Amino acid sequence: MSESIVRFVDAGDAPVFVLSDEERAEILHEVAHYPDPRAASIEALKIIQKHRGWVSDDAIVVAAPLLGISAAELEGVATFYSLIFRRPVGRHVIKVCDSISCHLTGYEALRDALIERLGIGYGQTTHDGRFTLLPICCLGACDRGACLLIDDDLHGPLTPEQVADALEPYR
Amino acid sequence: MSVRGARDPEYRRPLTRLIDRAVGPLDRAGYEAENGYGALRDVIARLEPPALQALIKDSNLRGRGGAGFPTGVKWGLIPLGPDAGTKYLICNADEMEPGTFKDRLLMEQAPHQLIEAMAIAGWALQATSGYIFLRGEYVVAAERLNRAIGEARAAGYVGKNVLGSPWSFELRVHTGAGRYICGEETALINSLEGRRANPRAKPPFPQIAGAWGRPTIVNNVETLCNLPHIVLNGVDWYKGLRAPGSNDSGTKLYGCSGRAAKPGCWELPIGTTAREILEVHAGGMKDGRKLKAWLPGGGSTDFLLPQHLDLAMDYETIQKAGSRLGTGMMTVVADDQSIVSAVRNLEEFFARESCGLCTPCRDGLPWSVKLLRALERGEGRHDDIELLGKLTRWLGPGMTFCLHAPGAMEPLQSALKHFRAEFEAGVAPQAQPQPRAVGAGLPAMQR
Repeated sequence: MSESIVRFVDAGDAPVFVLSDEERAEILHEVAHYPDPRAASIEALKIIQKHRGWVSDDAIVVAAPLLGISAAELEGVATFYSLIFRRPVGRHVIKVCDSISCHLTGYEALRDALIERLGIGYGQTTHDGRFTLLPICCLGACDRGACLLIDDDLHGPLTPEQVADALEPYR
Repeated sequence: MSVRGARDPEYRRPLTRLIDRAVGPLDRAGYEAENGYGALRDVIARLEPPALQALIKDSNLRGRGGAGFPTGVKWGLIPLGPDAGTKYLICNADEMEPGTFKDRLLMEQAPHQLIEAMAIAGWALQATSGYIFLRGEYVVAAERLNRAIGEARAAGYVGKNVLGSPWSFELRVHTGAGRYICGEETALINSLEGRRANPRAKPPFPQIAGAWGRPTIVNNVETLCNLPHIVLNGVDWYKGLRAPGSNDSGTKLYGCSGRAAKPGCWELPIGTTAREILEVHAGGMKDGRKLKAWLPGGGSTDFLLPQHLDLAMDYETIQKAGSRLGTGMMTVVADDQSIVSAVRNLEEFFARESCGLCTPCRDGLPWSVKLLRALERGEGRHDDIELLGKLTRWLGPGMTFCLHAPGAMEPLQSALKHFRAEFEAGVAPQAQPQPRAVGAGLPAMQR
């Protein structure tokens, strides 16, 4: 309640959220590929996320009309899919596979090593904004378990001892 | 007619014969040099859609995504004829079944094969557009497929007037953003349309009213990749690829992961025994451990035991043994690993990935997780095992909107059957029977 009042009062000074020309063009390019513009919803959210790191409430409000749906509908889509971030994340996102094959090859030790090294738990970001840690379901790389993604890069098999070296290139 | 593949002179591994990971995928010219797109030329020149559908039905090709439904029968429900209008072909490339990593190989290493296969299926159905619904994490596959589609479009294999025929077929890659439930075909259609991936009620079946209300076929990557080879070499050759004694046709991409010495994915005759997959191809168990239990084809299949290793890995045989072939990608558990812990891990997965649409699934799966975590810590109550048994029925087939929860119950019910003593060991010694108030057992959402 108090939060919404504050936002209302501050609205006059707050910068108005606008999509960049590039974001807008990329979204409209995707919209053209489908019989119904809303089919580009997920792609639109991914485009915004690619440019800004995450998808804010303001971005939802601005993007929804491009897709011919209400902000509430786009919000419903954004909150459903696990690869769409609704909060700011670090410069690099670590996604640890926690499915059965990685469970059997020791992902829990890998996860614990990450938690200890980074000093954060799942869903949290390091103070320097470098890493966010998340779990993810089976990465389809079970022959390389225990595995994880750092941004789009697959790493595995990884032991807890190899964690430091794996993180090193991601500044 | 027969075609000889350069890298597999015997041509017994049609789907992977051109794959050499050290070299990477063939580009269009390289694929064409191996008679790539020859099958597409064939069908457009000589095989009318009904005849092609009949050929695939005769081949007894069954869906490789997990359900094993005959592809020709699925196709048979799609309306044909000049008035049929807009129709969609969707490739289910949302590979997310725990323990499964076969479609990734086919898409990363042989993208043109999938594109040719989709064009052939598109022709059989007279589809107007195709979408490859690709999971968001498969960025390498997305890049290679998009490049290959560009090459194929430039050569007239997809796009307007395919190979000069009156038929046009647009093909696009659509990438997802996570969530296992997108692999369920009606949830996948909702996701493609830009909605939450909740499953849809059936009927109407997608063949009648699917994407954007139009007739739609959803086929798995591996299923589709069989098509060019059946067209080029015929039904008899295709059936002859199977292992002796199997009633299924063709080859299968099998795999083995978990505590295997050399986990991997191999194309083998369908009906190859699980023992051959584990002991010959995967090098047996790691660290000299003994096999305790195995999932034949993903997290939603029932556990089998070492005594089942000599069974043929085909649809009928594995079903008769009380499980499902699923994706055919085995996961092996070693004798020093806890089944309760493995099942807890599986149910955590299914609980997190439930779409939340129907109550038994949304609330029942976290409940099973809560019980399993207690048993794993040795803090189970005396009636927890009985309660888990009830959950396998309350979340079983017919009790939920889709097959997500029934699938989740398969490893649980089989673990309870085969390893009951391990669950009993998790009951706290001092746990006494306690009356339970109505509703008191309802769980908070996990975490």
